[in-house]
Order: sequence, then structure tokens, then C-alpha cells
Amino acid sequence: MSAWSVTEPSARSKGIAAVLVVLYTVITLVPLLWIIATGFKTGPDSISYPPKIIFPPSLEGYVNLFTDRTRATPEQLAAMPPPENFVDEIVQRRGEVITQPSKFGARFMNSVIIGFGSTFLSIFLGTLAAYAFSRFRVPLKDDLLFFILSTRMMPPIAVAIPIFLMFRQLGLSDTHLGMILLYTGVNISLAVWLLKGFIDEIPREYEEAALIDGYTRLQAFRKVVLPQAATGIASTAIFCLIFAWNEYAFAFLLTSGTAQTAPPFIPTIFGVGGKDWPAVAAGATLFLLPVMIFTILLRKHLLRGITFGAVRK
Amino acid sequence: MADTPIDRLARATPPSLARRARGLSDRAIAWVFVTPTILLLLAINIFPLIWTVRLSFTNFAANKPNAEVKWVGLRNYTRILTDPDIWQTMQATAHFLFWTLLFQVVIGFSLAWLINRKFRGNDLLTTLIVLPMMLSPAVVGNFWTFLYEPQIGLFNYAVEFFTGIPASSFSMLSSVTLAPWSIVIVDTWMWTPFVMLICLAGLRSIPDYIYEAAEVDRASKWRQFWTMTVPMVLPFLMLAVLFRGIENFKMFDLVVQLTGGGPGSTTLLTSIELKREAFEKWRTGYSSAYAIILFVTVFGLASIYVKALNKVKER
Repeated sequence: MSAWSVTEPSARSKGIAAVLVVLYTVITLVPLLWIIATGFKTGPDSISYPPKIIFPPSLEGYVNLFTDRTRATPEQLAAMPPPENFVDEIVQRRGEVITQPSKFGARFMNSVIIGFGSTFLSIFLGTLAAYAFSRFRVPLKDDLLFFILSTRMMPPIAVAIPIFLMFRQLGLSDTHLGMILLYTGVNISLAVWLLKGFIDEIPREYEEAALIDGYTRLQAFRKVVLPQAATGIASTAIFCLIFAWNEYAFAFLLTSGTAQTAPPFIPTIFGVGGKDWPAVAAGATLFLLPVMIFTILLRKHLLRGITFGAVRK
Repeated sequence: MADTPIDRLARATPPSLARRARGLSDRAIAWVFVTPTILLLLAINIFPLIWTVRLSFTNFAANKPNAEVKWVGLRNYTRILTDPDIWQTMQATAHFLFWTLLFQVVIGFSLAWLINRKFRGNDLLTTLIVLPMMLSPAVVGNFWTFLYEPQIGLFNYAVEFFTGIPASSFSMLSSVTLAPWSIVIVDTWMWTPFVMLICLAGLRSIPDYIYEAAEVDRASKWRQFWTMTVPMVLPFLMLAVLFRGIENFKMFDLVVQLTGGGPGSTTLLTSIELKREAFEKWRTGYSSAYAIILFVTVFGLASIYVKALNKVKER
């Protein structure tokens, strides 16, 4: 082998490619950086023109995100004790008083509960089914991919009509359990498909050796297959979690209070006088940042999930 | 034959118990493992579909559950297909589909091709480019309305900065001519990485020796690109278009946050129209019929497309 290869691009073409890709990356990241920046602006800074790139950072957006406030009269303000912490200070400086904590914390927790609940259920049921599909003769096996595709052709709103009626009948409307079951139902066909791909790659000989050693099927599944499939299970889980985390249409139509998740809630954040963009941006930052970090840390394992198994490596 | 106590015990054990001692049979395991998933799919996917079909032949309204439900036959279907407003909705959807797919294919493929030059740091850049598509479309779409604000928005400022068109002279979201493009821009920004990833997988699947052979035959780079690279990536690209096409046909979250279907009905995509019929006007029977029509349309188009895709793969 010579060091020189015809398939290796020249240094100059590499350089041009790098510059163009960096340019695209910078442009595509501007809206995301703008969300993060706006979260640390004061109200006036966020709507100044030309837009401020450099500004004194403020926690006003975050304070507004977690509190409900009302305008106070000058007499009320004068009667108030001096601010004890930075939260009171920020609020009082604008002539407002905190009436109660906002709903954001509860909505965020709903996202966590429903996201992790449905992911756990999808992975638990999905791994069992995927193992059976991978190792045994099971009817419907060949229709699986077709089934995934066809359930994804239905607009969520169309599915939401009968689900809405069904949940109302069963008392599952606006409950955590209802949303967990719903998201599991939406995720599971794809989860089975991805997991089956991972389990197919584990050589059968491993289990057969375990069976000869006196393990039962279940023991072989637990002690041989599961550890081997751990990476695949983890990446499928992240995929399911991100879907449930980001889902909007079902959450918007089927939840309104106790089980409402963050995506339908964040756009409804308003300040005392109109849209409070720093608070919206603060909420968006808290909600989006975990996914961004996950994506960067786990990039190698995510590709297969987000391309529906089309990309194997 | 020796008749030890152990042998007697073994003979006395009923066969079913003996099998249980050895663990469940493979057949039993297969059923136990698959059944819960099948039940869930039946409850959340199949049953609602059947229910929708049933509702589509009635005049049922979900906000009046106690009203008498009448069987109306095909009336919902004929009414939808003869309604001129439906064609307007379809037109808005077609515009959205055509331009988003075109931009995403062109930009996505170009990016993949550039990243495949394998310069240093391409791994990290790929990850950063992927970020927008991992995020919640509703939350991000909501924030884009801020970027599109005519007086204060960053988007309008950037347009003024680069072209000189005054930022306050146009409003992306409330102008009849610009609104359809505003949703195309955000969708392209968000989903181009998806097409890029699949193209990248296609490019990386082409073995080096093919290019080496072409080099020996003195084929020009241009010729190599069109006769080797493009045909070999085409099946991947078509798959990406299939996935994006299906997703964008039922697009809801991003657009409902950006324009909500307005101004007028310029960005009234099918899903948003469906939501209005089903959950604002509460015409449940009518919107069920609408849902079935959409489903059949996508299903038909996708089947034809998959056939074409398979032909390309065979070549």
C-alpha cells in the first residue's frame, strides 16, 4: 500500500469543504443560541432593536418563568419589607409582587414522569417482543416494518379523535397513565423494530451454549442476551424518551391540566403585559438543553434511531 | 432394570410438571413475550382506526355525546371531496411538501457530500448540525415567531443587514405571500440534518475500490460523480424523501405554532384543518371521514413510491 490514495480528497478540497460546513453549522445554530441568550435578557433588552448581542445578563426570565406575579400599587410596594433575596429584588424593582409559584415546575415534572414512564414500558415490552421476533417463528413477523410505516402515515390528529373518546370513556383523559400508555403505543412498533435489529446481531451460538450448560431459555435470555444487547437497548430508550419528551399534538389535544406536559405549556407563558419572551426562552432553554446534551454525548448511538433503522452503523 | 427411588420419582412426575421444571417451552415464551405488545398495538393503533372508520359514516359530534347518532352513509365523504376549500388546503400542503423536500434534498445532500471529504472535526460538526431536529418542534416553532417579529426579530434584522430591505417593512408570518415561505424556512432549518444523515450513510456505503477502478480508467471526477456517486446514493436519498414526505404530509406541531394556518388559509395544512374540524367545530363524523381520506391518500402515494424505490434498488 502506498501512502497516497486516489480516494483521499486533496488538502485544498478538504479545506473548502470544512469552511462551508462550518459556515452552515454557525448559521443553523444561531436560533438555538438566541433562545439561550434571550433567557438571560431583561424584558426591554429582549425587544430592543437592533437586537442586542452583548447585554448585561439577568435572571429576570427565570424568575418570571417560575412565578406568577401581579402589579403592585405604590402604597403596597412602600409597605413591603426590603427584598431578602435576588428573586424578590428582581420582582420588586419592576413594581410587581409574587402571587404564587407558576405551573412550569409541575408541567416539567409531568414531562419527566410521562417521558420516563412510557420509555420504560416501551423498552420492557419491546425487548421481550423483539427477542421473540428475532429467535422464534412468530406470525406477523414480516409485516412489522410495514406496520410501523403505516401507523406513522396517520396524522396524530386523526388518531386523537378515537383516542379522545376512548380515554373519556375509560377515565384516562388528562392522566399520567393515559399519556404513558398512548406514547408507549406510538413508540413500541419502532422500538421493537430497532431492538430486533440489535438482537439479530447477537450470535445465536451464545445462547445455545448457555442452553447446553443447563440454562433455561429465560435464564439464557436474562444472562446472555440482555447484557449483549445493553447498548442497543440504551440507544432505543433514548430515542423513545426524546419522542415522548418532544411530542406536542397528543399532549395538546388530550391533556389540559394535571397531566399537561411542557411543550403545550411553554407557548402559553405570558407576562403581566403580553408575551414575556425572556420567560419563554428560559423555559425553552431548560426544556431543550437536556436533549442537546444527550445528543452531543450519545451521538454515536442515536443515528440508528433517528433514521428509523436505515443507518446501521 | 434398576429401580432406584430416583427413577421411581422421575416416572411419577407428570410430564407437564417436568417441563415446567425445565423452564417454559419456546412456544410458550414466544407467546408470553409477544402478547402484551400485540394487545397494546391493538388498543392504541388498530382499534382507534376501526373506530374512526365507523364514525366516518355517522354524524356523531364528540361534544354532544348524548345526542342521537345517525348513520349517514357516504355523505361525509362526498361532502369533503366536493368542497372547494379542501382543494385549497391540499394546495397549501402540496406547496409546503414540494419546497421543503426540494430544499432539504439539495442542502442535505450537499452537506453530506462536503462532510464526506473527511476533514478534521467533521464528526463534531455533524453532531452540532443534527441538533435542531432533536428538539421539540412546538417549543422551537413558538420561539421562531419571535425571530420573525417585524420590529424586533432577529430574522428580519438579518435580512435588513444583508439585503438592505427595512426590517419593519415586511412580516413573514402575517403576509399572505410570505407566510407559506416562513414555514418552509423553519422546516428546512429543522429537518435538513435528517436528509443529510441518510445521505451520509449512503456515501459511506460506497466502497473505495470503485473510485480506484474509475481512476485507473481515467474517468473524470465529474463523470465519477454522476455515474457512480449519485446512482449509489439515490436509494438512500429516496428513503429520506419517503420519511420526510410522510412526516410533512401530517405536519402539525411546527406550523400550528408558527402561523396556526393563517393568514386566511394560506398555510392551512391538512392536519391543521383536521384539528379545526375535529376539535373546534366538533364535527367528529365529518373529520373522521377526512382522516380516512388522508390516510388512504398517503398510503396510496407511499405504496407507489416504495415500488419505485425497490426498482431503483434493483438496478
